[in-house]
Amino acid sequence: MEKISQSVVKKDHEPKMSGHSVYVGDYSGDGVLFGKMLRSKLARAKLLRVELPSLPEGYYYVDKNDVTGDNNVNIVLDDTPVYARDTVEYIGEPIGMVVGPDEKVVDRLLAEIKVSYEELEPVLDLRKADTVFFDYEYQKGVLKQAFAEADQVYQEEFMTGYQDQTYLEPQGMMAEPEENGHMYVHGSMQCAYYVHGAVMRALGCGPGEVHILQDVTGGGFGGKEAFPSILGCQVAVAAKKANAPVRCIFNRREDLEFTSKRHPSLCTYRVAVKNGRVTAMDIDVKFNAGAYTTLTPVVLQRGIICASGVYNIENLHVHGCALKTNTTPSGAYRGFGAPQTFFAVEMMMNHIAQDQGVDSLQFKEAHLVKQGDATSTSGKYHFPVPLPAMIDEIDQACDLRRKHLEYQKPQTGRYRKGIGMSVWFHGAGFTGSGERDHIKAVCKLHKYPDGTVEILASNGEIGQGLRTTFPKIVAYELNLPLEKVYYDHPDTARVPDSGPTVASRSLMIVGELLRRAAIKLRTQWRDGEDQIVEEHFREPDFMIPFYLDKFQGDAYPTYAWGVGAIEVEVDTYTGTSKILGAYGSFDVGTPIDYNIVIGQMEGGYLQGIGYASIEHMDYDSKGRIRNNSFSDYLIPTTKDVPNLKCMLHVEKYPEGPYGAKGAGELPLVGVPGAYVEAVEQAIGHGAKLNHAPFTAEDTLRVMMKEAE
Amino acid sequence: MDAIRFFLNGKEESYEGSASDRLLDVLRDTYRTTSVKCGCKEGECGACSVLMDGVLVNSCCVAMGAAEGASIVTMEGFRDTKRYAVLDQAFAEVSAVQCGFCIPGMVLAAEALLGQNAHPTEEEIREGLSGNLCRCTGYNAIVNAVSIAAKEGNGLW
Repeated sequence: MEKISQSVVKKDHEPKMSGHSVYVGDYSGDGVLFGKMLRSKLARAKLLRVELPSLPEGYYYVDKNDVTGDNNVNIVLDDTPVYARDTVEYIGEPIGMVVGPDEKVVDRLLAEIKVSYEELEPVLDLRKADTVFFDYEYQKGVLKQAFAEADQVYQEEFMTGYQDQTYLEPQGMMAEPEENGHMYVHGSMQCAYYVHGAVMRALGCGPGEVHILQDVTGGGFGGKEAFPSILGCQVAVAAKKANAPVRCIFNRREDLEFTSKRHPSLCTYRVAVKNGRVTAMDIDVKFNAGAYTTLTPVVLQRGIICASGVYNIENLHVHGCALKTNTTPSGAYRGFGAPQTFFAVEMMMNHIAQDQGVDSLQFKEAHLVKQGDATSTSGKYHFPVPLPAMIDEIDQACDLRRKHLEYQKPQTGRYRKGIGMSVWFHGAGFTGSGERDHIKAVCKLHKYPDGTVEILASNGEIGQGLRTTFPKIVAYELNLPLEKVYYDHPDTARVPDSGPTVASRSLMIVGELLRRAAIKLRTQWRDGEDQIVEEHFREPDFMIPFYLDKFQGDAYPTYAWGVGAIEVEVDTYTGTSKILGAYGSFDVGTPIDYNIVIGQMEGGYLQGIGYASIEHMDYDSKGRIRNNSFSDYLIPTTKDVPNLKCMLHVEKYPEGPYGAKGAGELPLVGVPGAYVEAVEQAIGHGAKLNHAPFTAEDTLRVMMKEAE
Repeated sequence: MDAIRFFLNGKEESYEGSASDRLLDVLRDTYRTTSVKCGCKEGECGACSVLMDGVLVNSCCVAMGAAEGASIVTMEGFRDTKRYAVLDQAFAEVSAVQCGFCIPGMVLAAEALLGQNAHPTEEEIREGLSGNLCRCTGYNAIVNAVSIAAKEGNGLW
């Protein structure tokens, strides 16, 4: 193992292990007001009146009228309000906030507020939704001809549901007016500068009048990418009105029900096959965006880029749209649009193989992309594609090929087995020209006279290890012991904008900037002096520029690769599936810390199994999410997948630090395809499963039909 | 009404508030033992786990009245012990701590398990930690850490 990959004790291990770490809920409450949301009870209505009880001294009601700047949360577009405008668009939409010193009094006041609505008919069905938020389309080759010449044409629909990020620490933010009139906002977040931009705009003040600190953050997984911008604006507006610190911590039900989660999807595939090969795909992707746009355009872009999977499809047409419904706005979650379309394409390939009488593993292998091939958006796979070797590694780990053929034979009896395999990539970094045109990352190294070096960047430690891996890179280049290099949680008053903590970009993009900055500092190093070096993002020369209007070019500079296989035993009497083994081979380039990377792979893989199997969440005919507690929304425990084995396959990326690529999202992305294929094989009898999660209840439904 | 007397990390305390207050809230707000985290307040996630007379409990589901006379141990008390030092080293060795929010509860669950069964099998570890949710790790590293601690801490439990 390379030196940089050798594991060290994580820099944040001690305070987290011993319980010394201070999360936003852990600050003393002395002089801090509780903030609680007044939320819409209807999915769609005009707001007529809000009648307040008399408020005791020191208690405030805060709403849109208190927003001194612009009542728009700066995300991508301008539609998400800080507090509801003249209408409410989903159940739970914040209308206002009650703040005050005693939590019980705040609760009583909230219960006494009377809101009058003029109820309107909500749009809840994705198939009937007619407000198109975003619409993208691209194609290559000659689709019409491929379909005209096809031996067979297959068509099928695939659906995926919500997935909640379920970080263990719920959303929480705190705003504190400072003596100089500035506003200090801190809390649980991934992207300090996103919150900075949003709060600045909501308060109508300049960049120097607001600063944002990321507190110790109890997990994010995308759920704390854009959402803290909204909550940050809400507490800042409240703190400004009350002229006192205001803290708002969500309870679990509030968090499960009213914060952004993975977009539900509906994908329709039409596929042409000639001489046993897929020659064309015509794909329609629909994402349920919920009531406001938040991050949906970028999620949809990634989703449709992945729609043809890891397969070389010469004639391709992909159309994607994101539709408005009167539900909680969907947002970022590890994978960011890719898990939905990868599930669809993997199941589609399985089903075509079944019909062609070919083993699906061989069918997939026959269509894999390789280095030099065109990507879906007519960019290029510039680097080696190690999938064939990774599939072999998985085969060695779990006897995949033999079992896949064996379980394909008709099975009877109560317990039946299946094994599924899925193959996928994750494009590392921002989609398209995002890094070059929007993020323009900057980072600095500050060397102090005593020889310690501080990393100044805005990426947040959210459990993925940045407080350790960033210093490892810098210490390595400077030949310093790791203790001499440190990275604190970012405060926008102190650090440049190195971009958000998203898109598996931090280590690959910012880590490389830090490596270059460290080399610069090494060449300029003067003992005993205070020195600062700075580094800016440069797009690699080999990139084929991406144009969003044409939806063409290199959407990503490089790709991390994943192969997953899951073996299950289905109890056909109860519908439950026991996972006998889950195996993953992942290429994220050089691991900057072996334990950290394996921890990411295992954690992401298990989240993927949850998404595929038990994490069912939906809303009722009124638009209310019913799965709002841990007894209704189940995430995996220690006992669900005891045999989870992840391994690394290293294909170095020359533009990443020491060959590292993006890692965090990859292990989740393709998991549903492997799990649902395994269940499908176990059920057998020609069952064609087309949705995830595929729960025990879903299995029972299939078994009941089989019995008829 | 009489104050509720109990021991917190070995120190005798008398709580003047209501017997229906939650132990979780009292530990965090009154005694500022903030290693005890609130993840759901419904007894499902285990982030608020503490030891009550040596038994692992979700402090969100314990009313103060039930704590009368009990000995409560949180991470603030446990972290000074030799057993903690062994667990600490094991968790560090395999990088089992990611976001950290579940960790104080998870470590107390490990302590409760090892107190009952000093040399658990992997299956027994998974059973012993099954009431503590972690969303980051996939659990393998945590299970490994507890297994290492059981070996290294031979005789401590």
